[in-house]
Amino acid sequence: MNEVPLTHILFVSTALFFIGMYGLFTRRNLITMLMSIELMLNSVNINFVAFNKYLFPDKLDGLFFSLFIITIAAAEAAVAIAIIINLYRSHQSIDVDDATEMKF
Amino acid sequence: MSNYLYILWIPLLPLATFVLLGLFGRKYFAKTAGIIGTASLLTSTLLSFVAAKQYFFEDGKVNGVYQKIIALKYTWLQFSPNVSIDMGIIVDPISVMMLIVVTSVSLMVHLFSLGYMKGEERFATYYAFLSLFTFSMLGLILSVNIFQVYMFWELVGVSSFLLIGYYFNKPSAVAASKKAFIVTRFADLGFLIGILIMGFYGGTLDIGLLIEKLTSAQSPEFLSITSASFLGASMLTWGLTLIFMGGAGKSAMFPLHIWLPDAMEGPTPVSALIHAATMVVAGVYLVARLFPVFSMDEAALTIVTYVGAFSALLAAVIACTQTDIKRVLAYSTMSQIGYMMFALGISKNGGEAGLGYMASMFHLFTHAFFKSLLFLGAGSVIHMVHSNEMKDMGGLRKLMPITHASFLIACLAIAGIPPFAGFFSKEEILTAAFHENKLIYGVALFTAALTSFYMFRLYFNIFWSKDAVAKAHHNDGHDDAHAHDKESHGEGTLTMKLTLLILTACAIGVGFVPFSQFITSDGLALETHIDLVFSIAPVALSIIAILLSASFYKTQNTKSDKAVALFGGFYSAAYKKFYVDELYLFITKKIVFPLIGQPIAWADRNIVDGFMLLLANTTEKISAAIKGLQSGKVQNYALYFFGGVIALSILFIYIWK
Amino acid sequence: MNLSLLILLPLLTALLILLSKNLAQIRVIGLAGSLAQLGAAGWLLKLFMDQRAAGNTATYLFETNTVWFKALNINYHIGIDGIALAMILLSALVVVAGILVSWTMEKLSKEYFFLLVLLSMGAYGFFISLDLFTLFFFLEVAVIPKFLLIGIWGSGKKENSAMKLALMLMAGSALVFVGLMGIYYNTHSFDMVQIGQMGISLGVQKFFFPFLFLGFGIFAALFPFHTWVPDGHASAPTAASMFLAGISMKLGGYGCLRMAALMPDAAHSYSWIIILLATIAIIYGAFATMMQTDLKYINAYSSISHCGFVILGIGMLNKTSINGAVIQMVSHGLMTALFFAAIGMIYSRTHTRMVAQLGGLLKVMPFISTVFVIAGLCSLGLPGFSGFVAEMTVFMGAWQNPDGVYRIATVISAASIVVTAVYILRATGKTIMGPISDEHALLGDATWNEKFAAGLLIVGILIIGLAPFLINQLIMPATDFLMINIDKAITLK
Repeated sequence: MNEVPLTHILFVSTALFFIGMYGLFTRRNLITMLMSIELMLNSVNINFVAFNKYLFPDKLDGLFFSLFIITIAAAEAAVAIAIIINLYRSHQSIDVDDATEMKF
Repeated sequence: MSNYLYILWIPLLPLATFVLLGLFGRKYFAKTAGIIGTASLLTSTLLSFVAAKQYFFEDGKVNGVYQKIIALKYTWLQFSPNVSIDMGIIVDPISVMMLIVVTSVSLMVHLFSLGYMKGEERFATYYAFLSLFTFSMLGLILSVNIFQVYMFWELVGVSSFLLIGYYFNKPSAVAASKKAFIVTRFADLGFLIGILIMGFYGGTLDIGLLIEKLTSAQSPEFLSITSASFLGASMLTWGLTLIFMGGAGKSAMFPLHIWLPDAMEGPTPVSALIHAATMVVAGVYLVARLFPVFSMDEAALTIVTYVGAFSALLAAVIACTQTDIKRVLAYSTMSQIGYMMFALGISKNGGEAGLGYMASMFHLFTHAFFKSLLFLGAGSVIHMVHSNEMKDMGGLRKLMPITHASFLIACLAIAGIPPFAGFFSKEEILTAAFHENKLIYGVALFTAALTSFYMFRLYFNIFWSKDAVAKAHHNDGHDDAHAHDKESHGEGTLTMKLTLLILTACAIGVGFVPFSQFITSDGLALETHIDLVFSIAPVALSIIAILLSASFYKTQNTKSDKAVALFGGFYSAAYKKFYVDELYLFITKKIVFPLIGQPIAWADRNIVDGFMLLLANTTEKISAAIKGLQSGKVQNYALYFFGGVIALSILFIYIWK
Repeated sequence: MNLSLLILLPLLTALLILLSKNLAQIRVIGLAGSLAQLGAAGWLLKLFMDQRAAGNTATYLFETNTVWFKALNINYHIGIDGIALAMILLSALVVVAGILVSWTMEKLSKEYFFLLVLLSMGAYGFFISLDLFTLFFFLEVAVIPKFLLIGIWGSGKKENSAMKLALMLMAGSALVFVGLMGIYYNTHSFDMVQIGQMGISLGVQKFFFPFLFLGFGIFAALFPFHTWVPDGHASAPTAASMFLAGISMKLGGYGCLRMAALMPDAAHSYSWIIILLATIAIIYGAFATMMQTDLKYINAYSSISHCGFVILGIGMLNKTSINGAVIQMVSHGLMTALFFAAIGMIYSRTHTRMVAQLGGLLKVMPFISTVFVIAGLCSLGLPGFSGFVAEMTVFMGAWQNPDGVYRIATVISAASIVVTAVYILRATGKTIMGPISDEHALLGDATWNEKFAAGLLIVGILIIGLAPFLINQLIMPATDFLMINIDKAITLK
C-alpha cells in the first residue's frame, strides 16, 4: 500500500496549527478565538496520532494523549463559553478588546 | 599613716543634699532648702578643717616632708588590666588646702544666698545645684585618677551651666550658660585627648603612678613618650599641652576665656563661688596636680607661662574699660588666674626654684577669699540698686557702710597693699618671676598696677563718684534679683552682712598664714621672707595707680574722658574685648554653621538620601516602563508567549547546542 | 530557666491582647505582659550571675538545641552570654517604657499593642538565637511590625517613611540572607557556635563578610545607609520610635558584633573601611544634627552619630573597644528611648516638635523638662550617666590602636562630643529654657504612667553611669571569649 508519508500529515497539522494561531492573534471575537484554539489543539492531536502510527505502531501512548486532549478541549470549551457568556452579560460584548480590565 | 577615710563625707554630704533637694525640694523643702544646704555644708567645712589640722599638724609629715596619702581608692571602670578609672581620695598639701578653700567659700555663699535668693521661686533647686557644684568640685580636688579629674571636671562644668542658666527664662542667661558649657567642652576635648595620650604612653591613669613613671628619665614609659613625636613635638609635650588646654578652658585663659564674662548672668553668689574662687582655679589646680610631669617638659611649661602672662595682661586691660561691675570682676578674676598660671609656668620642681609653685598656690588661696568677698559685695550692691551698671551707682558708701568697708579692704587686698592678703601672695609671685624671667616680671608688674587702677575705678564708681544715689533703680533688663521686695533695702539680711564680715576678716588674715611651711612643690618646707626692698616697687606702683584712679573717679570729672580720648582706638578695642567674641561668632556663625553644618545637612537629604531615592525611583521608572507589557489584552499575551517559545527554541536548537 | 520563655511571654501577651475588648483591658494586659518580661529578664540576670559565680565558665548559658528543620540542618539553638543578656535587659526596659507611654493610644489600640509586643518578641528571639537561621527569622519578625506601626499610627509623611524604612531594612535583610547562604554552603551549618569552632576559610570570609556586615549595618544606621533613620524615627509614633531606636537599631549592632566575631579574619582586613564609615557617621551625624529644627529629627540624627560609636568600637577589634561598643548599645538604647519618650510627651501637649515654636517648658512641665535635660546630658556624655561610660570606653579602646590613621579617626570621633554639646544645648536652650509662649503657658506636667516610664529608663541610665563595674562584670567574660577568635586572627597577620 502506498502509504501517505508522515511529512504530508505533519504539513497538514502544521498548517492547521498556524491557521489556528493566526486566528487567535487576529480575531477579536472571543468565540472565534476559542475556535482557533480548538484548531490548534486538533493540529496537536493529529501530530500525536501520526507520530504514534508512524514511529511507535506497537504503542498506544499517542492515542491516549489525543483522547485526553479531546476531553480537556471539551471541558475547556464549556468553561470558556461560560466565561464568554458572563462577559457578554457584563460588557454587552464579546470583543476581546473590550475586556482589558486585568491590566497594570 | 592614719585614717583619712572620713574625708569621704566631705563631698558626700553635699551630694546627699543635692539628691534630697533635687528630688523632693520643690514639694517639701521649698522654704527650708537653704537651711538644709547650709547646715550640710557647715558640717563639710568643719570636717575639712579637722582634716587640715590632722594633716598639716599631726601626721601628714614624715621626715619633714608632706606625704601624698591615698585615703581611698576603688576601681570604678576597668579598661584593661593596668588602665582603669579609679575613684578615690588623695590627701596631700594642695588637696587639703583646696578642701579648705572650696568648703569655706561655698559655705559663705550658701550663707549669703539665704538672704540674697530669699523668695525665689526655685529656691530649693538653687540650693540643690549649689550642692551639686560643691560636690563635684570637692570630688575634683580629691581625685586620685586623671580620669576621675575629668569626670568631676565635666560635672562642675554642668553645674556651672545649670547655675548660670538659673534664670532660665532670660534669653541672655540661657545663651551665656550655653556658651560657657560649649567653650569649656571644646577645651575638654583637648583634655580628653591629652588623657588618652598620657594613658597610652604612661600605661596608667593613676596620677601617682603616672607622675612616678613620667618623672624618671630612664623609665621605659618616659622614653617612649618622649621619643614618639607628632608634627615635631614630642608626645609628652602634646599630652601636657592638651591637658593644659582643658585647664585653660576652665580657668578662662586666652583664647578660651570668652565664656567667663558672660557667665556673670548667673546669680551673683554663684559667680562668687564658681566663677571667682573655685571652679575657675580648677585649671591651675590641674597643672599643679600634674606639676612634676609638667616640670619634665620645658615646652609645655613655656606655653603655660606665656598663656598665663598674656591672659593676665589682656584681662587687666579689658577690665579697665568695662562698665558692668560683675564683668570688671570677671576680667579681674581672669587676670589673677593668669598670675597663678605663669607662676606655675616659671617654677621648677622642688627646692628654692619651686617658689613659683608655692606662690601660685598661695595666690590661689588668698584670691579665693578676697575675690569671693568682692563678688558678694557686688552682690550686695546689685541687691540694693538692681543694676549691674556703674552708671546706676555712686555714693553708696553712706547707704551701705559694711559693704563699703569690706569692699575697700578686698580692693586693697587685690591691689597688693600690705598688710592685706593679696600682698603676700603677689609678692611671692613677683619674686619668683623676678628670679626666673625678667620679661614676665615686667608684665606682672604692669598688670599689678593696672589691677590697682581698675579695682579702685570700680570702688570709686560704686561708693563715691556721685553724691548719693536716688532711690533704687528698677531697671528691668538687669534685674538680677527681681523677686525681692522692692520697697525697702538696707544692706540685705543679717546673713549677708555676716558673710561679708567673715570674708573681710579672711581677706585681712589669710596672708599671714605661713604658707610656704605647708605647701611646696616637693613637700619640704620652704623658707621665704618678704624682702622689703623688693616690695617697694610693686607697692609704690599700686599706690600710684590707686591715686590716679582716685583723681579720675572719686568725684565726677572729665579727666577720665580725656584719658579715654588719649587712648582712642585702643580704648574702644579694649572696650569691645579686643573682638575675640566677634571672632568666635564669626567662626561659628559664618564658618561652622553655614560651611560645615548646612552642607552636611543638605548633603544628607539630597545626596546620600538622594542616592537611596534614586535607587527607588529608578526601580519605579523601570517598572513603569515595562508595565505596559501587562496590557490586559489576551492576544498580546499570546503573542509574547509564542514569541518566547520561538526565541527559546532558537536558543536551544541553534545557539546553546 | 528555659530561654524560650522570653519568646512565649510576648506571644502569650499578644494573643491575650487579641482576645481583649477595649483599651483599658488591652493596656493592662500589655503592661502586665511587659512587666512579666522585665521580671523574667531580671530573674534571668540573677540566675546568670549565680551560674557565673558558681564557676560556670561555659560561653553560653541556658543553652537549648532542638532540631527545627532537619534537611537543611536548621536548629532552634538558643543560649545567652553576657552581651545578649545585656541586650535582653535593655529590650525589657524599653518595652515596659514603650507600653507605658502608649497608655492613651485610642486609634486601633488592639492592633497597636499587638504589634509592639510582636516586635519585642522578635527582638528577644534575635538576641537569644545561636543559630544563624533562627537569628534571621527573628530579625524578620522584628521588621514587619515597624512598617505597620509607622504607616498606620505615624505622623507627617508616614507612608513614605514607612516605605523607606521597610525597603531599606529589607535590603539589609536580603544582604544578610545572602551572607547566611554563603556561610551555609561552605560550612553546611547554621550553628554559630559550631561555625565558630570550625572556622570559615579566608576566601569565604572575605567574600561574604561584607554582605553580612553591611546587612546588619543598615539596621545599625551605618553610613551611608542611614537615611531611613531620620524619616522613620520622625514619623513613628512615640513608642515605635522608642522601640526603633532602643531595640531595632541594637539588632544591627549586635548582629555586626556577632559577625565580626564569626569572621574575624575578614573583619580584621576590612576594619579600616568599618572605621572609616563609623568615623564619618559619627562626625557627619553630629553636624547634620546641629542643623535640624525638629526635635525628633535632632534625636534621630544624633542616633546616627551615637550608633557610629558602636560600629567604631567593633571596627577597632580590641577588647576595650568592643566592651565600649556593647555598653554604648545599651546606653544609647536607654538614652534615646528616654529622649523619644520626652519628645513624645512634649508633642502630645504642645502639638509641635519644632524647636522654634517651643520655649520655656521648664516653667509648666518641670518633670518632662528634667527628663529631657537628663536625656540630653546623657547624650552629650556627662559623667554619672551611661553615655559617658560608653563613649570613654570606646575612646580608650580605640586609642589602643597605635596606627596613626586610627588615632586620627579617634580624635575626630572624640571631637564629636563638642558638636553633640552644641546641638543638645541648642535644643535644650530653645525648648526647655527661654521665655514661654502664651499658648503653652497652661499645659500640664507628666502623668503617672509617663513618670513611671521615664523613671524606669533613668534608673537604667544611672545604674550604668554610676556603677559601670556592674555591667562590665556582666559583659566582660563574653567579650573575653569573642576576643579569643579575633586575637587569633590578628596575630596571624
